[in-house]
Amino acid sequence: MSLLEIRDLRVHFRTEGGVLKAVDGIDFEVDSGGTLGIVGESGCGKSVANMTILGLTRAPNVNISGRVLFEGRDLLTLRDEELRSVRGREIAMIFQDPLTSLHPFYRIGKQITEAITTHHDVSKEAAKDRAAELLAQVGIPDPAERLRAYPHEFSGGMRQRAMIAMALANDPKVLIADEPTTALDVTIQAQILKLLQRLSQELGLAVIMITHDLGVISEVADRVDVMYAGRIVESGDLDQIFYDPQHPYTWGLIGSIARPDRGRVHRLSQINGQPPSLLAPPKGCHFRPRCPHEFEKCAEDPPLEPRLPGQPDHCDRCWLSPDEKRVKRQVSGDRIGLEEKGAIA
Amino acid sequence: MTRYIVRRVLWGAALLVIVSAVVFVIFYLLPTADPAKLRVGRNPNPALIAQIREQLHLNDPVYVQFWEYMKGVFFHFDFGQSYVSQAPVREIIVDRLPATALLVSGAVVIWLAMGLPVGIVSAIKRRSLMDRTMMVTSLALISAPVFWLGLVALYLFAEDVGVIQIFPGQGSYIGAESFAAKCWSMFLPWVVLAAATAAIYARYMRSSMIETMAEDYIRTARAKGLRERDVVVRHGVRSAITPIVTLLGLDIGLLLAGNAILTESVFNIPGIGHQIVLSIRRSDLPMIQGIVLFGAFFIIIFNLIVDIIYAYLDPRVRYQ
Repeated sequence: MSLLEIRDLRVHFRTEGGVLKAVDGIDFEVDSGGTLGIVGESGCGKSVANMTILGLTRAPNVNISGRVLFEGRDLLTLRDEELRSVRGREIAMIFQDPLTSLHPFYRIGKQITEAITTHHDVSKEAAKDRAAELLAQVGIPDPAERLRAYPHEFSGGMRQRAMIAMALANDPKVLIADEPTTALDVTIQAQILKLLQRLSQELGLAVIMITHDLGVISEVADRVDVMYAGRIVESGDLDQIFYDPQHPYTWGLIGSIARPDRGRVHRLSQINGQPPSLLAPPKGCHFRPRCPHEFEKCAEDPPLEPRLPGQPDHCDRCWLSPDEKRVKRQVSGDRIGLEEKGAIA
Repeated sequence: MTRYIVRRVLWGAALLVIVSAVVFVIFYLLPTADPAKLRVGRNPNPALIAQIREQLHLNDPVYVQFWEYMKGVFFHFDFGQSYVSQAPVREIIVDRLPATALLVSGAVVIWLAMGLPVGIVSAIKRRSLMDRTMMVTSLALISAPVFWLGLVALYLFAEDVGVIQIFPGQGSYIGAESFAAKCWSMFLPWVVLAAATAAIYARYMRSSMIETMAEDYIRTARAKGLRERDVVVRHGVRSAITPIVTLLGLDIGLLLAGNAILTESVFNIPGIGHQIVLSIRRSDLPMIQGIVLFGAFFIIIFNLIVDIIYAYLDPRVRYQ
């Protein structure tokens, strides 16, 4: 059994326009020392799914079903008060924009010590020492002094480091990173990713990396789930997804990466159209309306299952046969997914 | 921080000078009647008027008058003498001030004590029956003019004329000796004066709170595992209340220009608002001018205090 297992998770919002199926039956798991990348475009349900793990989407108009098994315990059945002891202590989370995710009126030190004293009965001084230690650990120089700074006095990268320090305050077992580098400069992105990687190895963290950026995924993940319209459309390890993608949506994502290493100047390919409304998703395959390879069978719902012989952990939701996929897997004349590793970053 | 405060204080001082100049222009250069004629009383004769003109320095050039006036206001805190009672304006204002101060401060306490919790609870229990009830009630209170509300309160609860005779009624402040008795006599005026503003604050706090609770840092606070109560109070209210402080500074000042006058008149409280109504009726120019200036000082000082408090509440302000 994995450390954290998500089974058939559904998060449905009752809205005036009808039931919005933000997350519609997804499964994934993550173990200590492993990094799961969840990739998908805005609104595909990746953040909602992960916030639901910690009960952050609970509201009167939200229906949540399925199971979130953490060390065998189903977090979905816990009351808010019980769930509190998991939040920040067992499973911590960092968010996209560290400026808005930190409270603007409180000093960094106060925000970190608050995370500690919420879960541990320690003195203020001890919490403060621990906070300084954490800041040092995430690479902020002069940590004791920096505890007194306000978030707006930090640069973007330092804020995200402070967020990470706060998330690690209680030695959690799982770290959910929701687009942790999206709001940062490219050079800072790389630093933060390296930091996360180092910490996950040193501390044996299980990391869930949520992003829309395949480059980020290729840097840190060892398993990848590709989400589209509330579902996982393809799931495999890093090499399988990048070198042998099976779902046309994954092809589209990979094909739309800018490739400065390519000599030939060509128009970046794109996936036509818009993601479907989650209020009324298309029957059958959700990607069907945008898929250039649609055929009759697509009106039936393709289950997420292994479709390649001999690869039981590479699953996808596409009715095309593996041979057809190999032929059709072309984007703007360039074969994709066959390049050497490292070319996509 | 010191620089910020110094800058605000200097601005406040500059504003005071400007306000004084404007008041001078309005009351000395554009009077509706000759001040000397107003001053002269029931049996005027040209010689007496000329004498008074001389006495009031009305024959001096405008810039000399202006200088004398500014000198009086800023160096001697002298607003002149009432035409009616001949007493110094400053003394009359100081005499009327306690009643107004008691009225306003009590009302502020009541409106904050009612408005803020209602707003917070409404925001947290958004769209609940309680939220709806409180918001409709507040709308009704906002729509009710103070003088009407005051009369209704007297009709319903005044000791002498009320349907349910429990609270001291009109004019009871004048007879009250002890501080406790004065406060008790202020009960109805406080509630009446506070009602409309409490309702506005409840609605304002509600929307500010709803906005704040949708912020990313609230999500962070929850993800840290804080108790919901701490999330709401320490992270939510702490942010949502900051704009209210600004509003408070303006509203306390504005009371003197509006609802406090009405409340004092309805309840016959001998305060500044009551005095200005009397003075306007009697065309007592120095008195009106003194109160207007005093009111302006008051508003400027409260805004200054608010600006400084705001900088303490929001650390980002100190660097702007």
